[in-house]
Amino acid sequence: MDTNSSSPRVGVFVCHCGSNIAGTVDVEKVAQEISKMEGVAYAGSYIYMCSDPGQKLMRETIEKEKLDRIVVAACSPTLHEKTFRINSKNAGLNPYQCEISNIREHCSWVHEDKAKATEKAIKITKSIVEKVKNDSSLTDIEVPITKKAVVIGGGVAGIQAALDIANGGYKTYLVERDSSIGGKMAKLSETFPTLDCSQCILTPKMVEAANHPNIELLTYSEVENVSGYLGNFKVKIKKKPTSVKWDICTGCGDCYPKCPVKVPSEFQEGLAKRTAIYTPFPQAVPNKPVIDRENCLYYQKGICKICEKICKIGAIDFEMQEEIVEVDAGAIVVATGYQEYPLQNLSDYGGGRYPNVISGLKFERLLSASGPTGGQVLRPSDGKPVKDVVFVQCAGSRDIEEHKPYCSKICCMYTAKHAMLFKHKVHDGNAYVFYIDVRTAGKDYEEFYYRTTEEDHALYTRGKVSKIFEDGDKVVVWGVDTLTGKKVEIRADLAVLATAIEPSSGIMELKQKLKVSVDENGFLKEAHPKLRPVESMTSGIFFAGAAQGPKDIPESVSQAGAAASKVLSMFSADFLHKEPLICEINEDVCSGCGICIMLCPYGALEAEITTKDNKETKRSKLNEALCQGCGTCSSACPSGAATMRNDISKNMFKMIEVILE
Amino acid sequence: MSKANIAFYWAASCGGCEIAVLDINEKILDIIEKANILMWPVAMDTKYEDLKKMKDKSIDVCFFNGAIRTSENEELAHLLRKKSKILVAFGSCAHEGCIPALANLFNKKLIFDRAYQETETTVNKENTLPMTSFDVKEGEIHIPEFYDTVKTLDQVVEVDYYLPGCPPTPNIVEDAFNKFLTGDLPPKGAVLAPVKALCDECPRKKKDKTIETIYRVYEKEADPEKCFLDQGIICMGPATRSGCGHQCIKGNMPCTGCFGKTPEVNDQGAKMISALASVLAVENEIELDEKKVEELISKIKDPVGTFYRYSLASSFIKRKVIK
Repeated sequence: MDTNSSSPRVGVFVCHCGSNIAGTVDVEKVAQEISKMEGVAYAGSYIYMCSDPGQKLMRETIEKEKLDRIVVAACSPTLHEKTFRINSKNAGLNPYQCEISNIREHCSWVHEDKAKATEKAIKITKSIVEKVKNDSSLTDIEVPITKKAVVIGGGVAGIQAALDIANGGYKTYLVERDSSIGGKMAKLSETFPTLDCSQCILTPKMVEAANHPNIELLTYSEVENVSGYLGNFKVKIKKKPTSVKWDICTGCGDCYPKCPVKVPSEFQEGLAKRTAIYTPFPQAVPNKPVIDRENCLYYQKGICKICEKICKIGAIDFEMQEEIVEVDAGAIVVATGYQEYPLQNLSDYGGGRYPNVISGLKFERLLSASGPTGGQVLRPSDGKPVKDVVFVQCAGSRDIEEHKPYCSKICCMYTAKHAMLFKHKVHDGNAYVFYIDVRTAGKDYEEFYYRTTEEDHALYTRGKVSKIFEDGDKVVVWGVDTLTGKKVEIRADLAVLATAIEPSSGIMELKQKLKVSVDENGFLKEAHPKLRPVESMTSGIFFAGAAQGPKDIPESVSQAGAAASKVLSMFSADFLHKEPLICEINEDVCSGCGICIMLCPYGALEAEITTKDNKETKRSKLNEALCQGCGTCSSACPSGAATMRNDISKNMFKMIEVILE
Repeated sequence: MSKANIAFYWAASCGGCEIAVLDINEKILDIIEKANILMWPVAMDTKYEDLKKMKDKSIDVCFFNGAIRTSENEELAHLLRKKSKILVAFGSCAHEGCIPALANLFNKKLIFDRAYQETETTVNKENTLPMTSFDVKEGEIHIPEFYDTVKTLDQVVEVDYYLPGCPPTPNIVEDAFNKFLTGDLPPKGAVLAPVKALCDECPRKKKDKTIETIYRVYEKEADPEKCFLDQGIICMGPATRSGCGHQCIKGNMPCTGCFGKTPEVNDQGAKMISALASVLAVENEIELDEKKVEELISKIKDPVGTFYRYSLASSFIKRKVIK
């Protein structure tokens, strides 16, 4: 089908969208005016173009009027471009010769004066008619898929995503930078709103992931570099040297009790010590130790080597080097989770200064049966029992001026849980909670909160805490009860700050490696906040869990499932079809200046150097499968060699001209 | 075979283009063998009256250099168009406006104020300014009108071909003469130089571009092996048509853009600004706040003179709007 003939036959279909458009725009007049344009063979209107009869009308008109390209003057292309392109394809046209003139969001919805709005709708549509006249007949680009996935981050979201993809029958690499998977959830005591023991529900999943025939665990590993594109990524993963040969280590645990080094345990949030050779916690998966080289006497001073002497099977390897492995993957799921906003940033509350002012996660360890106190709530400063505890919500959250502007979402519920669990453990104790609002949107959440206040009698005070300071062995909390207007002072044994959560450290580096975006708070930015919440703007890269925004466990797990299902549906085809509206490099024009190459956010451009008659010629070369058609190269190219398909830079002027007529 | 008739003319130009004809050295003799030169202001005394008397289209090829700055320039452009079969915009001024068109940042009044009053060496108490006519005892004298805006030749009359350069280099001049004399011509409207940008012929080693900071030419001794842009020195090469034999580059000076834009581009200066803005500090983009961006950009001391040195009159903006 030659649709680039010299005399195009354009059909223009103007949609009323009920009264959404027709209420403000004289749609008949738009059709009438457009029909006068050169090359327009038909222009008509209908009440709902996207409806079945509307689409049928379009198909019939295309046939009757022998149209070879169409413009639908309707709503935003993000809504129905696909609908109308499929419809025009079904009518035998090239789908890329169907264009949308947005006269709803760009016109009828934002104007009131009908005469002026009509005039504007005519102009918008005229310029799109001009565009469609120059649209080439394009075919989708077929890209083969590597049906393997990489999941970055081994917390609950990553584990779930990996399990779901692996259960779908596809090889999945689960990459975790710590030596064990489990993430933050492994540290939690019990979980709201059911008070399930966190480890009891998580560890079976960890073991399942480790034993799954389709999952390859790459713990103590970090993503070093990502190249390639949708369906065909190459992921370089750095395996940090564990100094223990995991392939022969049985995980007997004989080595670490003898290690003379004692440093604060990350898993116990600094409330207990660990050794230099260690596993983070007894239920670690894989349950194999690593040597922390920063603290090991051998690496620091060249002495000791006790672990080597103890290990009967000779698994200790002080000379182990880091290793880079490269895996091919068709899709990547990013589930790198969150970290707590640093306590020391909350200096008004004595964060980081007073041992008895602690973060939520530290309190989890105090509550946990596997924690340093065996689940007894004891003060970090002197190990004495806690009788009065103050919980401070929104510590760093919802504070536009000083800290984080957003709501960290999980803290209302975990504070309710903290207060409840504390009361369960210390029956004569007092749990005071300062809050701005209590947000309990979630299944069974409000009921849980009700139990905390009404059955366990936690004392909630609406108001912000202004200051926390030490007085003797007490922490004194100053706040205001905004419901009564009275100043409140509480002398407590312990203050727990529900610190804001922020994306895990390293997210900015990872973002660059993956070429995905983050929002103003550093959380991964989804392709569309409502309609594509688990996809990144880079095709083939998906998000799960708190890396994309604060989330609790059920939300993280369901998002992980959603990301996995996106991956699985992608893997269900042998080829991917990609929109052909991409860039082109005109080799007859390219002079090889190299300006475009570093700019391409998708790595689709590279320099190709050929040598002929001793003369080197450099040209930019485009990988069509990688190109997303963003146009960065085309705007930067100083010689006009890089262009968008349909020659947008030139056609744009024609489109502007008809608007200015 | 009868000899072809050719003519040269200079409008608002420095005269360099006229001399450039002679840069082809002894080859001028071959041309004279094949062509009569009817007009050549730098070398011959041809009167306008004689030109007017010639039959229309009696000049086979007219090489017109210089921009249109005065009514005289414009009048001659129309006259030569009428008398010539082929009119060639010869050199950057006729082609794109070139240096004279940088005066489009001002208007007639501002230029006259500066030239006839404000310059440090001027004493002009009576405020005498050029006039288009005045009476002397021999009668009324007319001098051409000075326009507000400098135009390119094709903004005044239809132009058949263009020879780029400030001035056009001997190789392309010679090539153009051969084309005209043999009749082996590209389609009308063509610029008689290669379509690729200068980087194509530039032998320097080029990296994939990221530019950390900008240096002016005097601030840094450029490594003659390496791409200027890679060294932070603005070179218009990527946005400039090739064909000059990269003479400036050979002299270890960056391209300033005299061959004009490449055919796929609408506006040379805008393109280069866009290119430079794209690659400037692209590697540590994240750390750039507005102040740092400002600092970086402020290292470009003369944006119009850098990016539009030759092309201002033919660009989208054409001139500064003065209210």
